[in-house]
Amino acid sequence: MSTLTAVARNAEGFLERVEDWDRELALEIAREAGIAELTDRHWLVVNYMRDTYIKTGTAPTIRTLGKESGVQVKELYALFPKGPAKLAAKIGGIPKPKGCI
Amino acid sequence: MRHILILGAGTAGTVMANRLSRRLRSQLRAGRINITVIDPDPTHLYQPGLLFIPFQESFRERITRDRAPTLDRDVRLVAAEIAAMDPDHDTVTLADGTVMSYDLCIVATGARLVPEETEGMMGPGWRESVHEFYSLEGAEKLGYALHCFVGGKLVINVVEMPIKCPVAPLEFAFLADAYFTNCGIRDKVEITYATPLDGAFTKPTAAQSLSYLLEQKGIRLETEFNTGRIETTSPAWETAATSTEPRPPAGELVSWDERRIPFDLLVTVPVHKGAAFIATAAGLGDAMDFVMVDPHTLQSQRKANIFALGDAANCPTSKAGSVAHFQAEVLEENIVRMLDGRALEPGFDGHANCFIETGHRKALLIDFNYDTEPLPGMFPYAWGPVPLLKESRLNHLGKLAFRHAYWNRLLPGRDFPGIEAQMKRSGKRMPAAVGS
Ligand SMILES: Cc1cc2nc3c(=O)[nH]c(=O)nc-3n(C[C@H](O)[C@H](O)[C@H](O)COP(=O)(O)OP(=O)(O)OC[C@H]3O[C@@H](n4cnc5c(N)ncnc54)[C@H](O)[C@@H]3O)c2cc1C
Repeated sequence: MSTLTAVARNAEGFLERVEDWDRELALEIAREAGIAELTDRHWLVVNYMRDTYIKTGTAPTIRTLGKESGVQVKELYALFPKGPAKLAAKIGGIPKPKGCI
Repeated sequence: MRHILILGAGTAGTVMANRLSRRLRSQLRAGRINITVIDPDPTHLYQPGLLFIPFQESFRERITRDRAPTLDRDVRLVAAEIAAMDPDHDTVTLADGTVMSYDLCIVATGARLVPEETEGMMGPGWRESVHEFYSLEGAEKLGYALHCFVGGKLVINVVEMPIKCPVAPLEFAFLADAYFTNCGIRDKVEITYATPLDGAFTKPTAAQSLSYLLEQKGIRLETEFNTGRIETTSPAWETAATSTEPRPPAGELVSWDERRIPFDLLVTVPVHKGAAFIATAAGLGDAMDFVMVDPHTLQSQRKANIFALGDAANCPTSKAGSVAHFQAEVLEENIVRMLDGRALEPGFDGHANCFIETGHRKALLIDFNYDTEPLPGMFPYAWGPVPLLKESRLNHLGKLAFRHAYWNRLLPGRDFPGIEAQMKRSGKRMPAAVGS
């Protein structure tokens, strides 16, 4: 079992290495962001984000999440306040969605 | 006889066809191989030129050409739309029902705009107060709208990533600032840039060296704005129509978390998707219908005899013409290897190289790949070094000169002296450590 202090993270708290991630870490990152517990609904989104990233190299957007993950956009904002895609990415241990510059 | 089928004759398909034709010339002429390209559109559009159309700095005739002459004469062009693809049986079906089979298929059908994916976008305001410049028709209509614009709220918005040339909307904002300044009405125009990302610049070094641009140009930035819908007629509009209050906005951009940005003129970049036939060929595309490929070899994950490049591929790099050009160099080699039964070369590193207009006849140059973010330094172009990640007049001239190079070097599949498929580190100031 790893703890947050033992893994490399960037200035914004995203994991430096995707492979450092585990469910325990996810929970710690979630708590840090003010989400006390990760429910099945949270996990559905986090796992979908992580799987898509590992398969394609990019994380899905909010609209795609809403259509494909099984959780509607409104609920996404309830589960991950403010920025669902960014927060779910952080909890899922994948890099922040970013543009080309 | 072995059949190579190239789907789409845009930037990527044309470069690919011309490169392969040259590489395989003797086999083509001996009748051992044939190369067929399929595209329904008789004209080739130089898309980077679209950015200048709304500002009357370019026009239709300058950025379009007949498609047929852009292709090598040993390549056959079929003017038809692809309706379906069957990877299991190695066939594609055209809109008229004709079935064509292939030994090797290269998907280069680019990305299409899907404005109907956003609620309200194609409502009564479409091409009235809601515009886009990613199509020729859209860019021209926006030209009229800008010409008639006397002041108010101009909002530039990216609905969702990925989009073609991700910096184009930002360039549009810079050019709009310069345009209204030159018209003498800049003080009457409020410019807002709304992006789903968490900044206009998201890579650390670019963010550091470029964030001054928005501030300097007085462009308001709205980040993490995920567009949920566009409202073009609000109740406020109807009541205010009869009152003496100042004119209400033409509409509002509403995010999924109910933030609202009022606009008088909206310049949006609609959702992008891959071609529709990719969606119906099970296992070929991702959620946005971009072909899932190995990011280094460009081979489809679905089947070994299918490849994809350009905007149609789901490589995690920019959707840009320069990328298509670099990919074509790698894919040419891999197609030849495949034909010879040799192992593929994982040669594509995500290399992209783009000029970014910043207005007032200046531009920036960025050069990056999968692993290296855009960095400052000098770029060794054939005609002399040009600065990276820094505004200069030279780069603006480079962007204009690129149109000529596009038709005469890039499309024919010739190499650019000094610019290789793989990104070079020389000339770049590498930071000691950057978290990207
Ligand atoms: C406003 C704007 C500015 C840009 N600026 C730059 C820039 O400065 N630098 C840069 O490098 N890039 C720039 N780009 C991006 C660049 O134009 C594209 O990345 C490039 O054209 C991609 O090439 P492609 O062949 O993959 O797609 P395209 O060139 O779009 O070609 C796709 C082709 O496929 C055909 N097709 C589609 N569906 C079907 C079907 N079902 N059947 C048959 N044929 C089909 C289409 O007719 C089209 O000809 C810009 C793009 C835009 C919109």
